[in-house]
Amino acid sequence: MNLKISALQFTREVKSGNISAEDFIAKTMEQIKNVDGNLHAFLSLNDNAVEQAREIDRKIKSGKKIGQCFGMPISIKDNICIKDTKTTCASKMLENFIAPYDATVITKLKQQDAIFVGKVNLDEFAMGLSTEFSAYGPSKNPWNTDYVPGGSSGGSAVSVSAFECVASLGSDTGGSVRNPASFCSTVGYKPTYGLISRYGLISYANSIEQIGPLTRTVEDAAFMLNLIAGLDPNDNTTVDNGNEDYLNDINSGIEGKKIGVIQEMIGEGIDPSVLSATKNAISKLEGLGATCEEISLDMVKYSVAAYYTITATEAGSNLARYDNLRYGYDFSVEGYEFNSYIEKARKKFGPEVTRRMIIGGFVPSAGHAGKYFLKALKVKSKLTRQINDAFKKFDLLLSPTVPILPFKIGEKINDPVALFLIDINTVTANLTGKPAISIPYAISNGLPIGIQLIANSMNDKLLLQAARALEKTVKLPEVPV
Amino acid sequence: MTKIGLEIHSQLTKLESKLFCSCKANYREFKPNTNICPICMGLPGSLPRLNQKAVEKATMIAMALNCSIPEKIAFFRKNYFYPDLPKNFQITQLNIYGDTSVGGTGVLMVGEKKIRITRIQLEEDPGRLIYEGSSEKNQITLVDYNRAGTPLVEIVTEPDFENPKEVREFLNILSVLLENLDVSDPSLEGAMRADANVSIEGGHKVEIKNIGSFHDLEKAVHFEITRQQSLHSRGIPIIQETRHWDDKRKITISSRSKEEDLDYRYFLEGDIPWVKIENDVKEKLRSEMPESISSKKQRYVSKYGIPAQVADVLSLDKFYSDLFEDAHTKENAKEVANIITTDLMGLVDTREKRELSKLTPLHLKEIANTIQSGKITRNSAKNALYEIVKTGKMLSDIISELDLGNVSDESELSQIIESVISEEPQAVEQAKSNPQTINYLVGKVMQKTKGKADPKLTLNLLKKKIQ
Repeated sequence: MNLKISALQFTREVKSGNISAEDFIAKTMEQIKNVDGNLHAFLSLNDNAVEQAREIDRKIKSGKKIGQCFGMPISIKDNICIKDTKTTCASKMLENFIAPYDATVITKLKQQDAIFVGKVNLDEFAMGLSTEFSAYGPSKNPWNTDYVPGGSSGGSAVSVSAFECVASLGSDTGGSVRNPASFCSTVGYKPTYGLISRYGLISYANSIEQIGPLTRTVEDAAFMLNLIAGLDPNDNTTVDNGNEDYLNDINSGIEGKKIGVIQEMIGEGIDPSVLSATKNAISKLEGLGATCEEISLDMVKYSVAAYYTITATEAGSNLARYDNLRYGYDFSVEGYEFNSYIEKARKKFGPEVTRRMIIGGFVPSAGHAGKYFLKALKVKSKLTRQINDAFKKFDLLLSPTVPILPFKIGEKINDPVALFLIDINTVTANLTGKPAISIPYAISNGLPIGIQLIANSMNDKLLLQAARALEKTVKLPEVPV
Repeated sequence: MTKIGLEIHSQLTKLESKLFCSCKANYREFKPNTNICPICMGLPGSLPRLNQKAVEKATMIAMALNCSIPEKIAFFRKNYFYPDLPKNFQITQLNIYGDTSVGGTGVLMVGEKKIRITRIQLEEDPGRLIYEGSSEKNQITLVDYNRAGTPLVEIVTEPDFENPKEVREFLNILSVLLENLDVSDPSLEGAMRADANVSIEGGHKVEIKNIGSFHDLEKAVHFEITRQQSLHSRGIPIIQETRHWDDKRKITISSRSKEEDLDYRYFLEGDIPWVKIENDVKEKLRSEMPESISSKKQRYVSKYGIPAQVADVLSLDKFYSDLFEDAHTKENAKEVANIITTDLMGLVDTREKRELSKLTPLHLKEIANTIQSGKITRNSAKNALYEIVKTGKMLSDIISELDLGNVSDESELSQIIESVISEEPQAVEQAKSNPQTINYLVGKVMQKTKGKADPKLTLNLLKKKIQ
């Protein structure tokens, strides 16, 4: 049995009876057992996965109506709630949190007969881009296990890349889907803000984050979007997509499309191999009939600073409830006054969460908000105006997903600012609510490079068509697992 | 000059569900921590789901208080730690980044006095802390989250009040207004709470928090003015501070916590998009808005000729005016108003009595019509009303059961009158010269008939017999 197939291939194979869901799931669980001791993508496994697959096979045999996933093995980032399942956010604070409900995306996938093989690793509360800030230890890059897989949805990217599932759901607050996708050579897609319900996604910076799929192919990403997008009464920020079919016309190509290459994302600090891959992609796209031209979005220079100010503010509020009174009980209340008790309780947060909580208490505070938080909001709205203007001229924008190659585990962990700056190419899509996707494009010294495309809000279909066109030009070596 | 400003919190008790989830807005009948869900408990991954009805009701209140209504409203997070606050922030509204609360500036007239409204905002109520334990040392604090997320409207006034009496009058008008709008039942425990700020000539502003009822609000303001005046008269400076109302001892106490220094780190609640208050929504709300108290009163006076004082009593109490509206016809309106404001009032003067009352508008209508057709006297009607409130029986059944029917048979009445005349020769003599005395004789007849004699007929017959 070949585990190295795409999600759509899987559904076709099971549908046609070539393989059974049970065999595939059993083999997948075996693969996890074989490789995950080393890669550490998973934080917990679904012990009933094989049984659930058997049930799906029974349904298929008896001719019962079957969902579009046909028992497809999916991994779920451990900040998305699955009912009666531990959802830890890779934090000691939620070590024992068992979600009493399903996230909307989970409900939708269950209805389509998906099987969740397990919950996957992330930087604690999705804060980070390497999974090194997971309280349960880092995941490792399947291309070279000395290297980080990216983050924060590192477990998602590793599990897809190492054939421990066929697709994964991550969340993307500042690049957390696209960054690990780029580092692990998978497709990583963050849809337009509001296209996918966030109900059941544990908030980090709720005004800009989205759930997004990590998959082997662009078509798989479109397929996943079909299954999970749309209005949700449980999330007031969701938008109506008119039940769009994103797979339909996905091979339309990009002839005649205008693509802007963002200058600020290919300048200072970019790795030469990343730059040459980007130039190569540009010429490929031109070869497909698109026109490419450089464009300056000067607000991008301030985007990382604005991003960290806004996300810290929201995190400071979203994570305030983890106060030891309600989560993460650690010691007796005896002898503690309420406020000092909370202070003590914050011990359960790891260093990165603690850092951002402290920043989040400071930047929006009276007397400092004008200098930091309100200024960051200004950058956000100016950047949005700039990118909207750019989309008057261009259909799509392009950049490398990450300006550098994956780095070694431990290499940058003590330099938070250097880590922050790696987000420079990804945060713009979050701050402006635009859809963006990372496509595996090249391998340099055995390490993957991804190319990012950004489209205007609700132009997700166009984005996926362009990504598909670019993907078709790429032939990459197989991951060495 | 004394200046008093108010911040009034009124729960929207008439709503079905909480502000951001489908738990019951009326949490009072639940055992502790049973009227809760992932949303109002702020469980990881839950998101607020705005109750549109709450926005509409709050907007209606803003309209009734003549407030400006913004084109769109926004919600903000007020960040602070407290055990009764599940998320450790409260979702509320704010006007510092432009007018985005449900209501902007408005005005409410209290008699001739104009009270300016600063703003009205819609927010979630926290849970409740219950203190147990014998002494302060071994006190236990219990948390009940049933109330968490209940829709709350905060009405903020300018410091336009000059004395506790004005405060009381304003509160009376406001409670009636909220009741009349059918948004809130002010008589429910904890439905109305308030903070007040008080300053006297030459002193700083003092904020009083934690006032649990309108009744106590007036008392708290009174206490605080007296306290400040006594300090002032002894030359002790009045410092700017926050004080708490101790509802057991009925005094204000200086808060040791530095609450005024709290930094709430307000910012926009990203989980709730801006809500447009479209013109058609405004129009719909205006058309659905119940008639105002003053217009009701005017209608009662001008359309039915009900005396102003009676109309006042009727219109100010929704329970009475609802009864009146359903029971009256053009012909019996005055009679119905009369029955409600003279006889019924004593029978249903508390919330419990109203809940137990079996009286329906149909009963009232019957009583009024039966009085008007002369079949029972007012006096008998009063007795019947008492029975109806208690039992809910039909008027006709009560009349026959209690033998309340009028003695309007001329020969029967004549006999009774004859006996009165023979028993009261002196009065009869006087009545011949002094017509006033005849009423004494009518009274005697009434006594003999237990109030059932038709008064008009009795008078006529008496007059005839005496002359």
